[in-house]
Amino acid sequence: MTVRSPLLPEPAEIVEKRSYGPSIHAYRLRLLAADARPRFDFVPGQFNMVYVPGVGEVAISISSDPEEEMLEHTIRIVGRTTRVIDGLGPGDVLGLRGPYGTGWPLQEARWKDVVVVTGGLGCAPVTGAIDYMFRRRANYGRLTIVHGVKKPSDLIHRERFEYWRRQEDARVLLTTDEPDRAWRDRSGVVTELFDEIEFDPSRTVLLMCGPEIMMHYAIQNLRGRGLASDRIFLSIERNMKCAVGLCGHCQLGPEFVCKDGPIFRLTRVERLLFTRGL
Amino acid sequence: MTGAKPAPAQFLARADLQRLLEALRARGYRVMGPVPRDGAVVFDEVRSVDELPRGLREAQEPGRYRLEPNGRDTVFDVVNGPGSLKPYVFAPREKLLQVEPEGRSFRAQELHPDAPKLAVIGVRACDLAALSVQDRIFLEGRYPDSYYAARRRQLFLVAVNCTRSASTCFCVSMATGPEATQGFDLALTEQEWGFLVRAGSALGREVQQALPLTPAPEAALARERTSLETCAATMQRKLETADLPEVLYRNLEHPRWHDVGSRCLSCGNCTMVCPTCFCHDEKDEPLLGEPDEAGVRSVRVREWDSCFNREHAQVYGLNYRPKIEDRYRQWLVHKLASWIDQFGTSGCVGCGRCITWCPVGIDLTEEMRALREPGA
Amino acid sequence: MSGSAPGEPRRLRLAVHKFASCDGCQLQILNLEDELLWLSRRIEIAYFLEWSSRSLEGPYDLALVEGSITTPRDAERIRQVREQTRTLITIGACATAGGIQALRNWADVEEWKRQVYPEPRWLEVLPTSTPISAHVRVDDEIHGCPVNKEQVLRVIVRALLGTRPDLPSHSVCLECKRQGHVCVVVARGLPCMGPVTRAGCGALCPGLARDCYACFGPCDDPNPEALAARFQDLGLGAADRV
Repeated sequence: MTVRSPLLPEPAEIVEKRSYGPSIHAYRLRLLAADARPRFDFVPGQFNMVYVPGVGEVAISISSDPEEEMLEHTIRIVGRTTRVIDGLGPGDVLGLRGPYGTGWPLQEARWKDVVVVTGGLGCAPVTGAIDYMFRRRANYGRLTIVHGVKKPSDLIHRERFEYWRRQEDARVLLTTDEPDRAWRDRSGVVTELFDEIEFDPSRTVLLMCGPEIMMHYAIQNLRGRGLASDRIFLSIERNMKCAVGLCGHCQLGPEFVCKDGPIFRLTRVERLLFTRGL
Repeated sequence: MTGAKPAPAQFLARADLQRLLEALRARGYRVMGPVPRDGAVVFDEVRSVDELPRGLREAQEPGRYRLEPNGRDTVFDVVNGPGSLKPYVFAPREKLLQVEPEGRSFRAQELHPDAPKLAVIGVRACDLAALSVQDRIFLEGRYPDSYYAARRRQLFLVAVNCTRSASTCFCVSMATGPEATQGFDLALTEQEWGFLVRAGSALGREVQQALPLTPAPEAALARERTSLETCAATMQRKLETADLPEVLYRNLEHPRWHDVGSRCLSCGNCTMVCPTCFCHDEKDEPLLGEPDEAGVRSVRVREWDSCFNREHAQVYGLNYRPKIEDRYRQWLVHKLASWIDQFGTSGCVGCGRCITWCPVGIDLTEEMRALREPGA
Repeated sequence: MSGSAPGEPRRLRLAVHKFASCDGCQLQILNLEDELLWLSRRIEIAYFLEWSSRSLEGPYDLALVEGSITTPRDAERIRQVREQTRTLITIGACATAGGIQALRNWADVEEWKRQVYPEPRWLEVLPTSTPISAHVRVDDEIHGCPVNKEQVLRVIVRALLGTRPDLPSHSVCLECKRQGHVCVVVARGLPCMGPVTRAGCGALCPGLARDCYACFGPCDDPNPEALAARFQDLGLGAADRV
């Protein structure tokens, strides 16, 4: 027989579902086949194609810790396929294939200070990486997390940010464009916080995820203050269908975001990244 | 198929061309070749040489294609039509997996393609070049495509060297033609009394031995050289390649994109006829039929897609290429520039199909010329 | 009231409603002869006057709505339909775009009434013909004049699976070329509307070497100006273009 098709999904049972508001849920999944888990060994930042049998697939980053048995996916209910996932809960079975793409440079960032800049609902691909660093606290220097949301209700994982904030040698800056009475953090767009990020360019790595325009300003600001381009990593979003670099949908210039990304070193993509309509 | 040096040419009399079809059929091949249909020459099954486009040639120009008599007894004087080898290896629509419920879970299994032995006669040098480009994409990456591979293995290719070019051809610029130099099993050059035949593979030599061949006369070989050189020298369209890919990366904000975006229909015809375009969609479709007791089964299907569809770059509420000009730019920059970064080869082989088969006649060689001019 | 045998899952209640239209799209549903046999095990046709005069009260799980809104009475009726329906899908050009009768939207309806009817005062019509979506929330649209019966079947089967249909929004050209048809604009100089028309018919006309005349309405982000300019080059006068 020939090799197993990379397009075959592996059944995985939903063990736990946690909701962060009406349209964002985290699903913890256990692969049904006893021998399947090693094939899904991943690095935070990589993603799986999550499959609803008979309906379709969506690319979702893995938000659990690589050493856990279970795989967690935090899914926003936005389209045809995710609307079906919305109705699923413990005991239901999804398909998974993966992991695909590049992960965050968590080895390269060891013994360094790490700044994480995220915006909007795009923080899911990086929360797993932040957890990873806090769980291996001794391996990393100062951790600074800057996160902006449009409205307070967009802040999912609030308890995680609070937990990170209480840790030693960590700083968490949260802001919202539209604060309400209960909001205790900053107000305004996230770009206004960039000046407050304290970092030593010689020992800092920057991880970013969110709207491209936000990343653009963050790069301007931090690089202007001495951070080298090859210390900047960003997660890029494009339309991913096959996840194996064949279907052509996720291209950004020469990159297939599904296999060359989704996490890129800035030096690799900078030339084309901020060109409108590419 | 190997890239080994083709064997010396031999001669096949015009009256014996049918023997080639029979030799291939005797080896279990279904034989495809150029046939006139619906106003163009397309690849279709040929049982008799009488089905080939005898005494025809085509006039091609941007957005226009007409068959016309050439007043001679030729069968391979039509350079090309809208069809290439692409559908024979990368199917326009294909079922990849079948999925059915199994208790609370599901079972997914691969549907292996039915890939019969297929011989294609009349393949041009540009089409062979395109096939090798597609081989790189589907076979030489990290995830080789088993569906493509199954069909690719079964191909027997009979190339025909071009002794005339269409006005839309520019294979000389892309260094892919007009002569087929590799990637074929047999190659033919059509002359007045018959065909010069060369084998390009062991399989090709085996088929060659079943044909009533005679040594090629010196004069015929000399005439062949002249006709190929003339074809190359008289090719009308040209595309400058020395400054690719950089010239496109430098001109991503050129005003010409807006101009071509106003003329482009965004219909996707160029990508459908392009022998190298590989974009495809994958989706689940319910099997429409009697559902079994367990529930409704479905198939995972892939079909040709196009970067000219707005949906191609759609992610939830955001479209990364919302305007037609963005999509035209994606296509051209990919084809001529980023393809080189991705696969080490241009995505364009100079066949000119995207020029002829564009309903509004947009010509990429013309667009490239304009993109090199300073923008207004 | 579900009409299911004991032990079987509840069948999906389907309603088919007609507004101003020719009934051709409903006929496409009836043309699903073989499929309706097995579908009837999974769906209950609760209201479909062209199928049976026996009709059941709402609410309905899925309503397929044909026709446009052209009278005050219909404008009221579609609101009632919406209230009784979980998923409402419009079928065909009348329901999705107003149909051929929407030509009145650019004319004086009072004048037309006087020309056509001896007693125009008895007519109670709106000055416009409008799509269903102009009146109530529509969950999805199936385009076509008439609709493609296979697309209708897909939508019904999708509804059984609890999901939305996944119908193409690109041009006819893609489904035309996937089937290996020769372009009739390029090879024959015909004024084919395929490049600006939504796919879904299976490229029926170009497959018969005829030009497409846009039964499925505009595709996603069409460029009709560029195509009109091309038609002019092909010899079509301004009067032939709209």
